[in-house]
Amino acid sequence: MESIESLRRTSIDIRRQVIKMIYSARQGHTGGSLSSVDILVALYFHAMRYDAASPADPGRDRFILSKGHSVEGLYAILARAGFFPEARLSEYGSFGTTLFGHPTLRVPGVEIPSGSLGHGLSVGAGMALAAKRDASPFRVFVLMGDGEQAEGSVWEAAMAAAHYGLDNLVAIVDNNKLQISGPVERVMNSAPLKAKYESFGWEAREVDGHDFTELTAAFDAVPWKAGKPNMIIAHTIKGRGFSFMENNAAWHHKTPSQDEYRRALLELEREAAAYPEVEGGAP
Amino acid sequence: MSQADGSCRRAFSAALLEAARKNGTIYAVCSDSKGSAAMGDFETALPGQFVEVGIAEQDAIGIAAGLSRCGKTVFVCGPASFYAARSLDQVKVDVAYARSDVKVVGISGGVSYGALGSTHHSLHDIAVMRAFPGLEVFLPCDAASTAAVTDYMAGSGRPAYMRIGREAVPAIYGGAPGFQPGRANILRHGDDCAIIAVGEMVKPALDAADLLLQQGIKARVLDCWSIKPIDEAAIEAAARETRFIVTVEEHSIHGGLGAAVAEIVVQTFPLPMKILGFPDEWAPAGSSAELFAHYGLTAKRIASAAADLDALTRRR
Repeated sequence: MESIESLRRTSIDIRRQVIKMIYSARQGHTGGSLSSVDILVALYFHAMRYDAASPADPGRDRFILSKGHSVEGLYAILARAGFFPEARLSEYGSFGTTLFGHPTLRVPGVEIPSGSLGHGLSVGAGMALAAKRDASPFRVFVLMGDGEQAEGSVWEAAMAAAHYGLDNLVAIVDNNKLQISGPVERVMNSAPLKAKYESFGWEAREVDGHDFTELTAAFDAVPWKAGKPNMIIAHTIKGRGFSFMENNAAWHHKTPSQDEYRRALLELEREAAAYPEVEGGAP
Repeated sequence: MSQADGSCRRAFSAALLEAARKNGTIYAVCSDSKGSAAMGDFETALPGQFVEVGIAEQDAIGIAAGLSRCGKTVFVCGPASFYAARSLDQVKVDVAYARSDVKVVGISGGVSYGALGSTHHSLHDIAVMRAFPGLEVFLPCDAASTAAVTDYMAGSGRPAYMRIGREAVPAIYGGAPGFQPGRANILRHGDDCAIIAVGEMVKPALDAADLLLQQGIKARVLDCWSIKPIDEAAIEAAARETRFIVTVEEHSIHGGLGAAVAEIVVQTFPLPMKILGFPDEWAPAGSSAELFAHYGLTAKRIASAAADLDALTRRR
């Protein structure tokens, strides 16, 4: 379990990997990967119990990236967590690599393929139900997008999770407020998410999805209420960490030019300078 | 409620209950479908291995996949019409692509729900299910073969789709037929033609062979209950050893058994074929028997289609 300071440093490293992968591969879902990096960092380096050397351990906590397009962040996290060597990240985007543009089971640490939206919460509910039936203490974490909330299957799963009292299920919405064709509230308004999930029988909390103190406090207190599934609405910034990408829907899957890549690295360097103890803070 | 009324669904539920009593990791998931799937006894006997998700087929498949990732062998049981369409994306991704140990059991398949109309018909399920890599597709023809396929699926560790009908059907197999994926059963030997059938069409195919024999035409009859993997060797042999092939299925003529057989025939030993099934139209109201009669899926009409091809191939 890393300290808050350490999580911040890790986030910088992960975002550097993400932007490097997307720049090198000339493909990726830049904005949504960056908005979810801090949530993933808090999960994998603070909240979740797992041993990367035993990825099939039946007692491990499970994570499902229901918004499968944010895959670059997940790959960088899994590599750093030790599921596979970081050097393999450079394969991303190359012909024949197992590092597809959406997660598959061929990547160590991935629990279920994703990419078609609206699937992850049902699969997570099934895993959490298995834990309940087997009296196993593992928890299941599912990360969804806010645009993804328009998928009807999400609400089938939300109903079932409450029906079965799955307090070992933790869903997080990366609420970055933008989707591919514009602001979520204009494309298909999903607000108010907290009230919606509460009315479905969930305990719901809103946090700043880039504040590790808030994220870790929420994860540490799970289950918040016995017998109720947990929903974290994480308010995030699409393109987080890069001034020219932040809150800009055009960066949903735009890839940076050489100039933009250099600028991104400089911005990360500046952010890292705020944490002088960062190892290799300069790119 | 008798377990042995000759219907495939009761044979399925009885076989599944027996397997699940011995193996606590076998689960059943229903979507308000435990009545139609005859799963009431399972729920009563093994409530800890039964999951009800309500009228939510997408959720049912997703939950089944989640359970399977945690060591369960999961049978999802509900109407074929809905599982082969409403939840198809979940079947593709969460079951087939993920290689989950999930069996989708489409009950009341084809036009079992006859008069209820096309919303409740599944005349497309073979076509869509056999297009997913790694998903096995089975269509048993009677109670004994349904039990055999169920036993196989309970231990296979692989994703599969099995379609069965609703009503009692005549027994084709005396005892318990040995089931192997990728193996068809030759029910009748003959070398003038081959009639390849699945599911409820196996019985009229056998009856058609009897009618043909009266005309001196010896028909080989194959029960192609494993549609994927399919018995390529048996089909190629039928092509090489007979003069024509007739396929019969309770499915659209597009993409089903006929198409699967033709894919092999045209690439090994092409010969005339007739594909009997449901044409490219929405069926009128009627019971399954009435619809079979309307679309020529009867022993007589199968025999006459074969006789036409017999005349054609003799002239050559």
